[in-house]
Amino acid sequence: MSRYSFPTPKSSEITPRDVYLNRRHFMGGALAMGAVLATGEVAFAAPSGIEPLKFSAGLAPALTDKPTARELATTYNNYYEFGTSKADPAHNASTLKVRPWTVEIGGAVAKPRTVGIEDLLAMELEERIYRMRCVEAWSMVIPWVGMSFSKIAALVEPTAKAKYVKFTSAARPEEMPGVRSRVLDWPYIEGLRMDEAMHPLTFLTLGMYGETLPNQNGAPVRIVTPWKYGFKNAKSIVRIDFVEEQPQTAWMTAGASEYGFYANVNPDVDHPRWSQKHERLLPSFFASRATEKFNGYGAEVASLYTGMDLAANF
Amino acid sequence: MSLSLSKRWISLLKVLVFGAALIPWGLIIYAVVADPISLGANPAETILHKTGDWVLYFLLMTLAITPLRKLTGWNDLIKFRRMLGLFAFCYACLHFLAYVGFDRLFDFSDMAREIVKRPYILVGFAAFVLLIPLAITSTRGWVLRLGGARWAMLHKAIYPIAVLGVVHYWWLVKRDITWPLVFALVLSVLLAYRGVKRGGRRIRAAA
Repeated sequence: MSRYSFPTPKSSEITPRDVYLNRRHFMGGALAMGAVLATGEVAFAAPSGIEPLKFSAGLAPALTDKPTARELATTYNNYYEFGTSKADPAHNASTLKVRPWTVEIGGAVAKPRTVGIEDLLAMELEERIYRMRCVEAWSMVIPWVGMSFSKIAALVEPTAKAKYVKFTSAARPEEMPGVRSRVLDWPYIEGLRMDEAMHPLTFLTLGMYGETLPNQNGAPVRIVTPWKYGFKNAKSIVRIDFVEEQPQTAWMTAGASEYGFYANVNPDVDHPRWSQKHERLLPSFFASRATEKFNGYGAEVASLYTGMDLAANF
Repeated sequence: MSLSLSKRWISLLKVLVFGAALIPWGLIIYAVVADPISLGANPAETILHKTGDWVLYFLLMTLAITPLRKLTGWNDLIKFRRMLGLFAFCYACLHFLAYVGFDRLFDFSDMAREIVKRPYILVGFAAFVLLIPLAITSTRGWVLRLGGARWAMLHKAIYPIAVLGVVHYWWLVKRDITWPLVFALVLSVLLAYRGVKRGGRRIRAAA
């Protein structure tokens, strides 16, 4: 497999962590500090369970856009397991128990194994700032923390039979109110072709904004493929299977004519009901950003699709 | 039951209803100016959805006047119908303006292409266009000019407008149709009431 090299952003271009932390966040911290000072002990052991992460600056294609404010990226989410409105996940996701957490990795592999979240967090992590383009024609710029998925694949040694990777998300009706309704066929399934999954940009993600993932953003572990629409990025993953056949994804089941397996960002292939030519880079009011093919990651990934009809394989 | 209020009370109530109908728009303007973060990460979408919701609320309220009047016997309710209908039109204008501005960046040729290409936009646009003659002819002068029967015939367009409005909402949601369904059910009840009434009249006329 060929090696890719990415332009490294200058360290001065990386938004410092304290800039992500918004005022409300800061005030929360100040209040907690006040409680510590008053009682002489830590009053709240971070009820959200969010912890800072250690990581190095990763290699990702440089973006000119600044990261989206953390408060916006953590309050405007498509995560139907917690409800279908954008505000639902931030309200409802605290009930998800993200510790203990294991990911079962199996299928066409030489060494199937169950990986604990602690093991993943103990691996060498890096930060990558990716633009995320939703199929609904909006985008955000998010500093993720994690590692290339290929590092995980190397642990289990996929066999020659492995043609696709299938991701299965948690579906726990007691902890995820949205799972109690049949809005999608649970559990949420997503998948990638083997070469897509092994591409260095495909990112097994454990954190964002320098900390572990908030529940509403897919804690404790999710996948991020920046050249595809956001729904490809399965959240709260419990199983990873290396398989021979193309997985049937949750959104293909929900509407095969509107949501394809590939779901590569493409301004030339409209969603049947709306245009994909432009996007709103949130929180902008105006859908004025011209959507780029492969979400701007064409230099890195276009070669995966040489000779493929991207309109037919949407 | 029959309740009749003096002219002064009606005028006062009208002022109150008028003020209340402006509150949703006032809250949006306040949020844009003073507290944009309260509109969420996608403020344009929030404004589009809120104004669209209020078009449907006002359309349903307008259509609820006659059944409520018949059921309660409070005939003064009819005096509020025009105002509610005009507010449906006002919010439709704001909704349309938000779409043209935020989504299409005031590019009208782009907008025209989108309207014919996207069924949900087409039905929403059709509902908006059909509302215009109703808003124009909502005055007493136009009732006289057209004659009561013809005016009433024209204003029956409110029924297909409301249906188009609900279809517009139904077709745009990605997956969860709960709210479009609620609007559709309420509209069905309001339209069915009229069907039953007409059927009843016909049966009596035939007897």
